[in-house]
Amino acid sequence: MTTSNGPLANPESPLLEVSGLTVDYPRKGFGKEVFHAVQDANLWIGHGETLGLVGESGSGKTTIGRAILGLAPVSRGSIRFDGQDISHASRRKRQQLSSDLQVVFQDPYTSLNPSMTVGDILAEPIGIAGGSRNAARSRVAGLLEQVGLPRDAIDRLPREFSGGQRQRVAIARALALRPKLIVCDEPVSALDLSTQARILDLLLTIQLDTGVSYLFVSHDLDVVRHISHRVAVIYRGELVEQGEAEQVTQDPKHPYTQRLLLASPVSDPVRQAERRNARKAHASKS
Amino acid sequence: MLVFLGRRILSGAILLVVISALTFTLIFSTGGNIARTLLGDYATDGQVALKAQELGLDRPLVEQLVNWFTHAVTGDFGRSWFTSEPVTQAIMGRLPVTLSIVFLVMTISVVLSVTLGLLAATKRGLVDRATQGLAIFGAAVPGFIVAIVLVTTLALQARIFPATGFVPFGQDPAAWALSLFLPVAALVVGTVAASAQQIRSSIIDVLRRDYVRTLRSRGLGEREILLKHVLRSASPPGLTVLALQFVGLLGGTVIVEQVFSLPGIGFLAVQSTTRGDLPVVLGVVVFTVIMVILINLAIDVLVGWLNPKARIS
Amino acid sequence: MTEATIASPVSLPAPRSRTRIVRRVLRDPVGITALAILIVAISASYLAGFITPIDPNATDLSSVLAGPSGAHPLGTDSAGRDVLARLLWGGQSTFAAAALATVVALAAGVPSGLIAGYYGGWFDAGTSWITNMLMSLPAVVVLLAARAALGPSVWISMALFGVLLGPSFFRLVRTSVISVRGELYVDAARVSGLSDARIISRHVLYVVRAPIVIQAAIIAGIAIGIQAGLEFLGLGDSSAPTWGMMLNEGFRNVLLSPLFLLWPALAITLVTAAFAVLGNSLRDALEDDEITPRTKGRAIKHIPHSEAGLVPTGSVAAADTDHLLVVRDLSVEYPRADGTTKRVVDGVSFHVDRGEVVGIVGESGSGKTQTAFSVLGLLPETASIAEGHIVFDGIELVSRTSGAVSRSRMDPLRGTRIAYVPQEPMSNLDPAFTVGYQLSRPLVKRLGLSRAAAKKRALELLATVGIPDPGRTYAAYPHEISGGMAQRVLIAGAVSCEPDLLIADEPTTALDVTVQAEVLELLRTLQSELRMGVLMVTHNFGVVADLCDRVVVMRDSRIVESGDVVTILSRPSEDYTRTLLASTLEGKTPRTLLLSDSAGETA
Repeated sequence: MTTSNGPLANPESPLLEVSGLTVDYPRKGFGKEVFHAVQDANLWIGHGETLGLVGESGSGKTTIGRAILGLAPVSRGSIRFDGQDISHASRRKRQQLSSDLQVVFQDPYTSLNPSMTVGDILAEPIGIAGGSRNAARSRVAGLLEQVGLPRDAIDRLPREFSGGQRQRVAIARALALRPKLIVCDEPVSALDLSTQARILDLLLTIQLDTGVSYLFVSHDLDVVRHISHRVAVIYRGELVEQGEAEQVTQDPKHPYTQRLLLASPVSDPVRQAERRNARKAHASKS
Repeated sequence: MLVFLGRRILSGAILLVVISALTFTLIFSTGGNIARTLLGDYATDGQVALKAQELGLDRPLVEQLVNWFTHAVTGDFGRSWFTSEPVTQAIMGRLPVTLSIVFLVMTISVVLSVTLGLLAATKRGLVDRATQGLAIFGAAVPGFIVAIVLVTTLALQARIFPATGFVPFGQDPAAWALSLFLPVAALVVGTVAASAQQIRSSIIDVLRRDYVRTLRSRGLGEREILLKHVLRSASPPGLTVLALQFVGLLGGTVIVEQVFSLPGIGFLAVQSTTRGDLPVVLGVVVFTVIMVILINLAIDVLVGWLNPKARIS
Repeated sequence: MTEATIASPVSLPAPRSRTRIVRRVLRDPVGITALAILIVAISASYLAGFITPIDPNATDLSSVLAGPSGAHPLGTDSAGRDVLARLLWGGQSTFAAAALATVVALAAGVPSGLIAGYYGGWFDAGTSWITNMLMSLPAVVVLLAARAALGPSVWISMALFGVLLGPSFFRLVRTSVISVRGELYVDAARVSGLSDARIISRHVLYVVRAPIVIQAAIIAGIAIGIQAGLEFLGLGDSSAPTWGMMLNEGFRNVLLSPLFLLWPALAITLVTAAFAVLGNSLRDALEDDEITPRTKGRAIKHIPHSEAGLVPTGSVAAADTDHLLVVRDLSVEYPRADGTTKRVVDGVSFHVDRGEVVGIVGESGSGKTQTAFSVLGLLPETASIAEGHIVFDGIELVSRTSGAVSRSRMDPLRGTRIAYVPQEPMSNLDPAFTVGYQLSRPLVKRLGLSRAAAKKRALELLATVGIPDPGRTYAAYPHEISGGMAQRVLIAGAVSCEPDLLIADEPTTALDVTVQAEVLELLRTLQSELRMGVLMVTHNFGVVADLCDRVVVMRDSRIVESGDVVTILSRPSEDYTRTLLASTLEGKTPRTLLLSDSAGETA
């Protein structure tokens, strides 16, 4: 089954538009030197679209996601969501935004409060948004079904579930208020291969059903290629390449993306041998 | 390392100044009442005013504080209101007793708690249960109760050790050791109880680290891994607990010196407190804080030496 | 595959942990005894007037230091006052004063700790400095100073003592808040628009309240001890009876009547001990509660040297000597809390030849790492080899008597002929020693090289594994080098004695993909140069395809199938292997479903 392709051309009014985003952190020690975690990043995400953001550790990919969520300080540039500037949104504003903008984190072990039941975790955002107790209860039941968890999960603690199941709970929490955009920060990198496949399938199905957009942050080019309409590559805080998923992940233009592609091993010994030689040739060229 | 040391010394100095100023304010803030307390209820107002003037208590508190500080930096902490002995001299005269106790307790505690902690963490079983039991006992029974039990049983009933008195080391080392045995024993119990437990749990923690397995995989001997690698990484938390124990120890000596009638700083502190000899009380506070700061500094340096990461932060 | 599995069936109906902790304390005989002692002592003190009609201050000079009698159940003191009455009335002030100290300490420490931990910044810097200052003040000395200036009031002393103890709450709360604040679920709550007050009350206070209760119990005990100590010094308020004062009088008259010393000493000890033990019992209950199925023991088994040679090498099957390593019918078990055992490796057999790379591939919990650690003899202390053989170069390594790898046979091999490359580079180097020391020390110990020769060899090794400036890396501490560098250093260490067998446990999993490619290249080069047999544990089929000659697929502690790498990866015969390969993403049509049954999770 093939999912429909999302919009590819830069639309008139994208759901999210990030322009000139810079995030600085003060360096430890003397002086007023700053560390540019992200520098002058420009990207956009259309309605119902997935933008994959790929980079290695310390590249700043997570910081971009956190800046959009208001969890990292925006030093320069703007973040526009659904037509309004949210780069310096207040707590109050964030609370309103929370029904449209949600998150799924990498580590399913620390992203759920270990002392709250799954039902409480899922009802928390609904409660803040002003839903009644009964409405919340039936919504939670619906959410559990949507992410493929058993009904009795509602009264259990997170530690009774496996990593993949916890990630389903985290996805359900993000879905609770029917958001327009979910920032997925490495949502499958802590999971086993087959669990990863199931979570990716779930994310795709949810997008088809609800039309939600994803910013999908990952270090894994294969994962990003599979889930995204378009892909942006980040290296040392700067976006080096951006375009349609197939072009960026199969025929990259930027040398860093090429290096990234050739470095990730494939599960066919013969083709891996070819890729290995290509990587060596590429390495000696540059 | 020098920057690290410099910052610690500076921070210690600031700490000392602030504590001195606070203590001074606390002690002398009651102003005129001090002279009244000293002279008793039967003195006339005139006598009280005269006394207050004589001791400089009638002047503004800030002025008294500045005055005290300008003298303190030269080592002059004033004189006792009762014996007219300079405070510095009174403290220095009693320092050997307290230092003997503190030095012995700390040394014995380090040796005992490292040994116990190591054995408890690696051998488990009986030693481990004993160490844990000791930890609970140390936290449960106040040190001075231990001291009282020791003095009544071993000194007064069994007469194995002297119950009171102090013999200087230079005079007779054997008698010195005998005279300090019980007070030191009373204080060692609590200190060892707390730090052996801490060392035990940090050794167990370090033994679980990945690099211990990797060192084993390279064929290094168990003894070398334990004594060189594990103990080194496990020490800093133990040292931190020891530094806290030292602070408690200085309080503990006050009571223990009283129980065993040892003429140390604690004895002096109680004596001057009962008769309201404020300059001496203040001097004692400042001296004990200096000791604490010096010990903390030494432990910081030791931790920095043991753990290269601590040196930069 | 739609059935959800539950990780710990033991603790199912447990919606709130607080009630569980209370129940656990009530079941702990020591904890319940301590609690009972405190309840009895406190109620007896406040019901003193009903228990004994005697005025605690009434003197009766006709019976001084008398033993127990009908009129005076516990005897009388040096002024002929009734000991029982004084003990009970003294308890009142003791408990009230301890409560005051605890409340002041809570008030001083908890709110400031919450604010400092949650918001950080200047408030944190300031309060932390004050905390350090208070903690370097010896309490008894300060209380003496306060007594000298402010007079003998137990309330002033205990309020001041509360301030001095504030730091213990402050540090406790601040540390917990900082760790909770860093948790992703707090970030998630922020994204949901929860206010700071809601986050603190819902997520943060929940975590710290149990430790606060424990600390409060401990502090109340300490306060009673200190209070009694001050009164014992004769610095208390002498108008009302107190335990410390009774102790003082008893001590002065100990030669006349030791019994009179016993009562106050007993009262003080019982109550302080009860508080300390109660705190301890609460802590144990809390720690038991925190043990999750995720924690794995990693301590290593100590095997006595004495059992050397119990299994004669002659028992090794003739076929087993043809291969470098033979693992036959290996089973590894861990004891469970209920007395049964859990098999993490079950009947596993495979072999590795000289110069051959064998991959063990599987998902988490498949037993692949446990198999590798068995061969290294580095299983955790609690694990035991229940069955099977591990034969290295004709030497049987498993000792039947100890249920583990024989130390006397393993020691000469490990580090010289069998080497290990771990998964996480940074945590596998000792942070307190330089890279050079850790690299060269085994060369001195195992190969008998001089220090200078070992250093020379270590520098050569660093150059061999592709470290650009060996001299600098040699002198560096682990935290001064990158993860990729650290993994190269560990590989250099593993190959330093030119081993016959290299066991690599997910050697590239923690690395970035570009670094992974380089490290795989390095392993390939070293393997062919040294003609090593390699046992490569991994979950990544790309790594298998890149490096391995043969592959063993594991699932749920058993082998699913094994064979040469091309056959397994292109024509697997087992469904499970097919599912795993279907889950890989390379070569799949983007944005299509990978598995047909995505409704639930198995594990």
